[in-house]
Amino acid sequence: MRFIDEYRDEAAAQRLVTEIKRLSTRPWAIMEICGGQTHTLLKFGILDLLPKTLTLIHGPGCPVCVTSLKSLDQALAIAQRPGVIFTSFGDMLRVPGSQTDLLKLKAQGYDIRIVYSPLDALKLAQKNPDREVVFFAVGFETTAPANAMTVWQAKQLGLSNFSLLCAHVLVPPAMQTILAADDCQIQGFLAAGHVCTVMGYWEYEALAANYQIPIVVTGFEPLDLLQGIYLTLKALEEGRFGVENQYGRVVSRAGNKAAQQMLQQVFTICDRDWRGIGLIPQSGYGLKPEFALFDAAKRFEVADLSVQESPLCLAGEVLQGKKKPSQCPAFGQLCTPTQPLGAPMVSSEGACAAYFHYRSEGFPKC
Amino acid sequence: MLNLQCPLPNSDYSTILLAHGGGGRLTQTLIEQIFLPAFGNSTLNQLHDGAILDLEKGRLAISTDSFVISPLFFPGGDIGSLAVHGTINDLAMCGAKPIALTASFILEEGLPITDLWRIVQSMSQAAQKVGVSIITGDTKVVERGKGDKIFINTTGLGRVPPTIQIAPKRAQPGDLVLISGQIANHGITILSLREGLTFETALESDSAPLHSLVAQILAVAGEQIHVLRDPTRGGVASALNEIAQQAKVGIRLVESAIPIHEEVRGACEMLGLDPFYVANEGKCLVIVAPEVAEIVLNTMRKDALGKEAAIIGEVCAEMPGKVTLRSRIGGMRIVEMLSGEQLPRIC
Repeated sequence: MRFIDEYRDEAAAQRLVTEIKRLSTRPWAIMEICGGQTHTLLKFGILDLLPKTLTLIHGPGCPVCVTSLKSLDQALAIAQRPGVIFTSFGDMLRVPGSQTDLLKLKAQGYDIRIVYSPLDALKLAQKNPDREVVFFAVGFETTAPANAMTVWQAKQLGLSNFSLLCAHVLVPPAMQTILAADDCQIQGFLAAGHVCTVMGYWEYEALAANYQIPIVVTGFEPLDLLQGIYLTLKALEEGRFGVENQYGRVVSRAGNKAAQQMLQQVFTICDRDWRGIGLIPQSGYGLKPEFALFDAAKRFEVADLSVQESPLCLAGEVLQGKKKPSQCPAFGQLCTPTQPLGAPMVSSEGACAAYFHYRSEGFPKC
Repeated sequence: MLNLQCPLPNSDYSTILLAHGGGGRLTQTLIEQIFLPAFGNSTLNQLHDGAILDLEKGRLAISTDSFVISPLFFPGGDIGSLAVHGTINDLAMCGAKPIALTASFILEEGLPITDLWRIVQSMSQAAQKVGVSIITGDTKVVERGKGDKIFINTTGLGRVPPTIQIAPKRAQPGDLVLISGQIANHGITILSLREGLTFETALESDSAPLHSLVAQILAVAGEQIHVLRDPTRGGVASALNEIAQQAKVGIRLVESAIPIHEEVRGACEMLGLDPFYVANEGKCLVIVAPEVAEIVLNTMRKDALGKEAAIIGEVCAEMPGKVTLRSRIGGMRIVEMLSGEQLPRIC
């Protein structure tokens, strides 16, 4: 298959692995930001091919995982209001809130629907003028433009029964928070390729300079990851810092201007709670005042919910790369994909789910 | 396309009413005008409370399955043909030659009679192709909103030849794992028809009866065939995990050897689905002693339903209960059992 097979070529992968091993002279710790990258590393068995001196630390770039418990509880509260059709990407449905999850509410008869695009939620609102249709807007800069476009269209169409529960988060402030921590061990980053497709990578240049680390914008196929690791390692071994772009086939320095304009029209940057991490200033998108009518948190008056996390779940430490999923005492025992304590065990981008589904200590030959 | 052999009989009603399940005149009309013309045979025609069969001595396989698929009609089949193929395949996976089927229908009030007619005709044709009769059945009607148009249960009876010993626990280290063709076609076809997903594909469900393919490989390899399994819900990954757990062996797959249609791969990439967990309705996994793998493979490939058969892995002693996979780039990973639902209901 074009655009897939060439990035999963075994001979090319083995060449890169050999180069990485040849380059590597001492221990290094690199964080891949995005959960999609974590899954590729595990799904293709890449971690076991790398030199033991190289540690990949799994970053917070799983939108489902970092969506705050408060946002989730708001979603659960809104979904139980009479007359509401609550729409969401499928991944959010099994994420545990304080009391329940969306899938359990669906089983109880609440009208909760999986959509594959926010525009499908908008169509539902048009088709059901007597119902309130709410879309759960989660995700990084990647999903934000389509959601901005949806709100913009809802306003153009004069729809009064559509709203957005906005839980968008931004990557650079999270990287800044991780780097600023006293116990930060990360020496290089694989930046999230698809976030950079939208936003470009100019924002990362200041981060790389301030903290004197290499940041390599990296894609999601096995060869992308291996090349991203290779470039980061090369910079580290040569003592260089700065931003490089491995994912040049889709990412430019400036990013997608049209998408950015749409974001600026609809969203404003706000403080945001990250699940497991806490409040990060200026790390989210909220709706601008002129789109306040479309703000589900205001419309359903759920802005001031208070919430309590499970003390057994170490998601926060996993999301900051301080612990591997398998180092959590609950992993695979009290916490599994069918009975999750935290979001990283549920999401298709969650590090805990990736370890649960793909990872084993040592594969014997047979 | 479905070939409607008989025209729909004239009826006073265009949709199913509660009274069609009431046991009275309308029930009788339904049986006489829809079910008997399609399924009629000497056993069913007696309209007894049950069917009485004369059997020779030997081993009997029995399997039952319920079908709740939405949509009812899809490229490559419909709920009727699926209800026949599904149960025939469950019998075939026991190594059994099918003898007879039963059919129970739960109809939702408001189901168009034309839909029921198409479904029943399709079941009849599918059963005829397999060479089995539907010997007894039942119909119930539930209120509108309390069902999903039509649910069908079929139970199948089959005869197991004397020397055949098919069972998951017979998988043993050294055995090879084969699949009869491309995976995930059924699940992706159904998914492409679902509301909210607007991707177009030329794919068809692989729904098909596997009894003949199984009979052919049993004829060439007999007892050397250790396990047969049709990877329906939960896909290839879940079926192999069950076998690995029951036989207490490891199963090691080679990703690049697993046949998969380009469109299915593309759809799975786009939607973030793993094709190893997607349902099949006309494929079987075959675990055989290594010395017969080649002849079993060649036999399958000569049949239209097995022309893309492939050897996809091996059974090993290491990591008992686990399925592992060598990825396309040469790394290893485990292949877990499906957790929860990957897709909406698909079979």
